[in-house]
Amino acid sequence: MEKHFVPKAEVEYTKADFTSDQMVKWCPGCGDHAILAALLATFPKTGYKKENVCMVSGIGCSSRIPYYVDTYGFHSIHGRACAIATGVKLANPALSVWVNMGDGDSMAIGGNHLIHAVRRNQDLNITIFNNEIYGLTKGQYSPTTKFGQVTKTSPYGTIDYPFNPGELVMGAQGTFFARTLDCVPQLTTDCMTRAAKHDGCSVVEVLQNCVIFNDKTHAAITDRAVRDDRTIVLEHGKPMLFGKNKEKGLRFNGRQLEVVTLGENGVTIDDIMVHDETIEDTGIHMMLAHMGGDLPVALGVIRNVKKVSYTQLYEDQMDEQMEKGKYKCMDDLLNSGDTWEV
Amino acid sequence: MSENQLINKEDLVVRFAGDSGDGMQLSGTLFSDASALTGNDIATFPDYPAEIRAPHNTIAGVSGYQVHVGNHIYSSGDKCDILVAMNPASFKSQLKWAKKGATVIVDADTFTEEALEKAGYADNPFTDELERAYTIVHAPITSFTERIGGEQGVDKKTADKSRNMFALGMIFFLTNKTLEKTNAYLERKFAKKPEVVKLNKAVLSEGYEYAEKLELIHSKIVDIAKADKMEKGRYRNITGNVATAWGLLAASEKSGRRLFLGSYPITPATDVMVELAKHKSLGARVFQAEDEIAGICSAIGASYAGALACTSTSGPGLSLKSEALGLAVMTELPLVVVDVQRGGPSTGLPTKTEQSDLAQALYGRNGEAPLVVVAASSSANCFYWAFNAAKIALEHMTPVILLTDGYLGNGSQLFRIPKMADMPEIKPRLAKENDPNYRPFRRDEETYAREWALPGMAGLSHRVGGLEKCPDGPLSTDPENHALMVHNRQEKVNRVANYIPDQEVHGNPDADLLVIGWGGTAGALTLAVEEMNNEGKKVAYTHFNYICPLPKNTGDIMRRYKKIVVCELNNGQFANYLRAQFPECPMTQYNKVMGLPFEVGELKAEFNRLLEK
Repeated sequence: MEKHFVPKAEVEYTKADFTSDQMVKWCPGCGDHAILAALLATFPKTGYKKENVCMVSGIGCSSRIPYYVDTYGFHSIHGRACAIATGVKLANPALSVWVNMGDGDSMAIGGNHLIHAVRRNQDLNITIFNNEIYGLTKGQYSPTTKFGQVTKTSPYGTIDYPFNPGELVMGAQGTFFARTLDCVPQLTTDCMTRAAKHDGCSVVEVLQNCVIFNDKTHAAITDRAVRDDRTIVLEHGKPMLFGKNKEKGLRFNGRQLEVVTLGENGVTIDDIMVHDETIEDTGIHMMLAHMGGDLPVALGVIRNVKKVSYTQLYEDQMDEQMEKGKYKCMDDLLNSGDTWEV
Repeated sequence: MSENQLINKEDLVVRFAGDSGDGMQLSGTLFSDASALTGNDIATFPDYPAEIRAPHNTIAGVSGYQVHVGNHIYSSGDKCDILVAMNPASFKSQLKWAKKGATVIVDADTFTEEALEKAGYADNPFTDELERAYTIVHAPITSFTERIGGEQGVDKKTADKSRNMFALGMIFFLTNKTLEKTNAYLERKFAKKPEVVKLNKAVLSEGYEYAEKLELIHSKIVDIAKADKMEKGRYRNITGNVATAWGLLAASEKSGRRLFLGSYPITPATDVMVELAKHKSLGARVFQAEDEIAGICSAIGASYAGALACTSTSGPGLSLKSEALGLAVMTELPLVVVDVQRGGPSTGLPTKTEQSDLAQALYGRNGEAPLVVVAASSSANCFYWAFNAAKIALEHMTPVILLTDGYLGNGSQLFRIPKMADMPEIKPRLAKENDPNYRPFRRDEETYAREWALPGMAGLSHRVGGLEKCPDGPLSTDPENHALMVHNRQEKVNRVANYIPDQEVHGNPDADLLVIGWGGTAGALTLAVEEMNNEGKKVAYTHFNYICPLPKNTGDIMRRYKKIVVCELNNGQFANYLRAQFPECPMTQYNKVMGLPFEVGELKAEFNRLLEK
């Protein structure tokens, strides 16, 4: 039976309830400000008790976020946020646990913890702030930096092939993946709210701009002039249409996805793929997460699959053994098996 | 048997050796359990290779299990009175552990040309000289076992798995014990496989009868003294790793805090996790992490959320946990780190014992990162030291490293079962909900411990982390504040000394020579010192379990003696630690770094040398 472990609040919160008194110290114009605002708008929508919200972050600019949210928070060490959050949730499943990491934090030094957290499907809400650069150490390439990019540690261009966070999540059999843009806070809040409601591990990738060390890295898809043509916001049960007037769509041609225009070459709405975020097989979601180049970058909830969470399985086993187990207290265990009196 | 003259012995050492997979660990355990159940004190020492099944009949694959039974048993014994060698490789590699004149039982059927060659023998090893030096019993173990198997319709390969029972049966005859306890064990253990019970029982009794008919050894039957000074109470046999796991469970029950263990498999510490994983009914929350770092990090997260959080590991794993340990120091969260030490550095000697992680435990972190270090000194008292480590962690809000080692962890001993009602109270320093004066780093005036506010408690939300904070909670890079916080964290650890008992001196306190030991070497050191004092020599002895901080009277004790020798299974890590704190006390050191425990003989030789100097 599905259980809901996190208690609901009796009052309705507003954004102000979650805003901390600490001065926000990110650079002016940093995408993190918008993500913070979206997150603060998300908490009241989840309805969880405020004292049951716990933020865990790693190291990097984005990982300062727990200081700016008035909840319990743990600003930990580089790469380990998922591991620490795993312990928090295991020790107390009644907590709503949020993990915030940058691209280097989550996929370089913390890559192992990320894939295992996703694989276990423990009920964590993971947000990856992806600015494709190490910002806090002032501009070295990260595991998501575009191939060939010149950075301080790749003066002749990187020769590292980048990770796509969505593909990592699918590869690890993740059950929830969404992608959003820092400059579209409403979409970010929507994605985060749905992530919070997902029973299991959710990963939300936010394409975030670092104004100082990697300015406009996402501009090719986020600029207002091109955004409608270079991105597609996926919605469950709806045809995959995009473009200023939703005149373009995605069609599966038997081999791969392709962009088609309604009304051209006899293409009708019936040719357009309908988004199903609930398909268990990762194939189509992997293709959607992979899109870029000639295909629009997929935004919104790409994958949202029901699968019993680690949290649920863990608590079920605990409950079962608490009831059935032979030893009810330490005296039982100490005196079990072969013992004798002297 | 009554017609045979029994030799009364205070103690007896039996060593079982064979190919890994020959069931030597099981034979040893069954012998020690049966002995304990019939009133002997016991200590055991498994000595096994890192390979699970090294090539058959090679020296690399030899697995040993030594059992010391009798009266006043402090250690697993130096050399053995009876050696069981199931093949030429074990005979060749283990004979050095047999006393001169020892009874050596070999499986004669295995001494084939091929096996001899694999073991590195050019000729028949059983020279006249060797036969004179030992009582060697050439027992047809394999053929007898296979014959019984055949009678029961069991193929040779399956029957061979019971060869260890034949040897065990012989040992029971030689030690004047009955088969009753072991038969009962077999019936319990293989309740669902009656054919296995039948075969093992038959082979066991065949071994016993074979020995009974063998006149060669009738002058060798011993009656081992029962333990006479044991405190009254209920007893059981326990290994150090199980005792450690139970100590943590006991602390969880006493403190009312959920037990969480985040761990990663590593020899020789894995059994702590294996044991705790069985006890969900007692609330043990075990998490097998993706790596050592996630093991400790999940524990730190669990501690933040209010659990009695622990992680278990061994040397290389502790190295991986270093950065996270610093985080636990900085966030001042309770945490127990169990380090079952093994031979290092690097992968080193995974299955062998050593005490060479001390410096790492004391100093292995960046920055000024003090924490509490304690060490268990016997397999059984791992229970109390694990309990104690948890108590200190919870009451003083600090990470605590508990050092045990492969010898204690895998070895077993008699354990007097405590009543939980008699165990000390544990009072975690929990904050009060909606306390308007709560500050994350406000300290208790006496202990300097901060308060523990848990996510889920109303009105106490706060942030912790690796960055320096000021006492009120927010981040601070202020120089004066950093100096203050560094001082406070150190002072908190120092003040643990106000809550621990005085260090005691054993042996002859009026001696000139003070022997110092710590951790897992207590058995051999106690016996060496006791024997020397019985022999009229004057030797004082003090053994440390509290390593950091040290008991407050440590300096007073050390300044009383002209000669001090610090004995440890490393190159002098504790000696150097003491030197730094007590530069006025000259001390020598006795070290062994061979992956083996101390032997009483070598310790006495060294102490005698020092007394004569």
